[in-house]
Amino acid sequence: MAKTIKIRAKAKDGVTTVKSLITHPMETGLRKNKKTGKLIPAHFIQEVVCKHNGKEVINCEWGASISKNPYLAFKFKGGKKGDTIELSWKDNTGQSDSITTKIR
Amino acid sequence: MKLDQKRRVFLKGSVAATSVGFAVGAGLLTPSAVLAAWNKSAFEAKAVDKAIGGALGNPTTSPSDKISIKAPDIAENGAVVPVSIKADLDGVTEIALLVEKNANPLSAIFHLPKGTLPDVSTRVKMGKTGDVIAVVKANGKLYSARKSVKVTIGGCGG
Repeated sequence: MAKTIKIRAKAKDGVTTVKSLITHPMETGLRKNKKTGKLIPAHFIQEVVCKHNGKEVINCEWGASISKNPYLAFKFKGGKKGDTIELSWKDNTGQSDSITTKIR
Repeated sequence: MKLDQKRRVFLKGSVAATSVGFAVGAGLLTPSAVLAAWNKSAFEAKAVDKAIGGALGNPTTSPSDKISIKAPDIAENGAVVPVSIKADLDGVTEIALLVEKNANPLSAIFHLPKGTLPDVSTRVKMGKTGDVIAVVKANGKLYSARKSVKVTIGGCGG
């Protein structure tokens, strides 16, 4: 799967800010295809996990009402330049993706 | 299709579609030792208190001014409403984000291990004007805050 995640992690004064954008349709299952009139099946991210040096720093459970191409930002204490940040997601159809980056 | 018609479709479709969608989702979920299982019943709940109860174990919350929700007063496009939740509380373990007027109010649950600050941002869809609700679990107690957001174009009809 093509890379779906953009991520940026920055450490400042002992706090690391992680910002990420995921490319995903986030279909609620409530919309209809305008041509066929059939419902577009639900397709949305259910779990997002972010790890700092292998230790979990956030675990999100998402519903279908998160916007298309979701944005997530959060902060955690600790973390320094060069540390590893890993973010992964999994959706309701079993697709998933992950990315590893370094704190800047 | 006019907006009014879309709204009809949305309302009619919502009940049937959610159950199908969630059934599909549930069937394909694979349990994992690392990840908590996706909280199906809470995300399926149609009432706000049931969603909170399902997500955090208890539907009763006390309002708190220590929680701040940053969201626009008027959202021009309900499909993308930026929301930030910040809590000035110690021992926060979970933050739940709900949109009161959506068919399934629960939008997200954030599990925060020790060391992660109670400060998260994301973007949600809002079907119509209503409140965004943040519920914060701190030291086992539930606190909540609301912010009303006026939506001029609904986010679910497309």
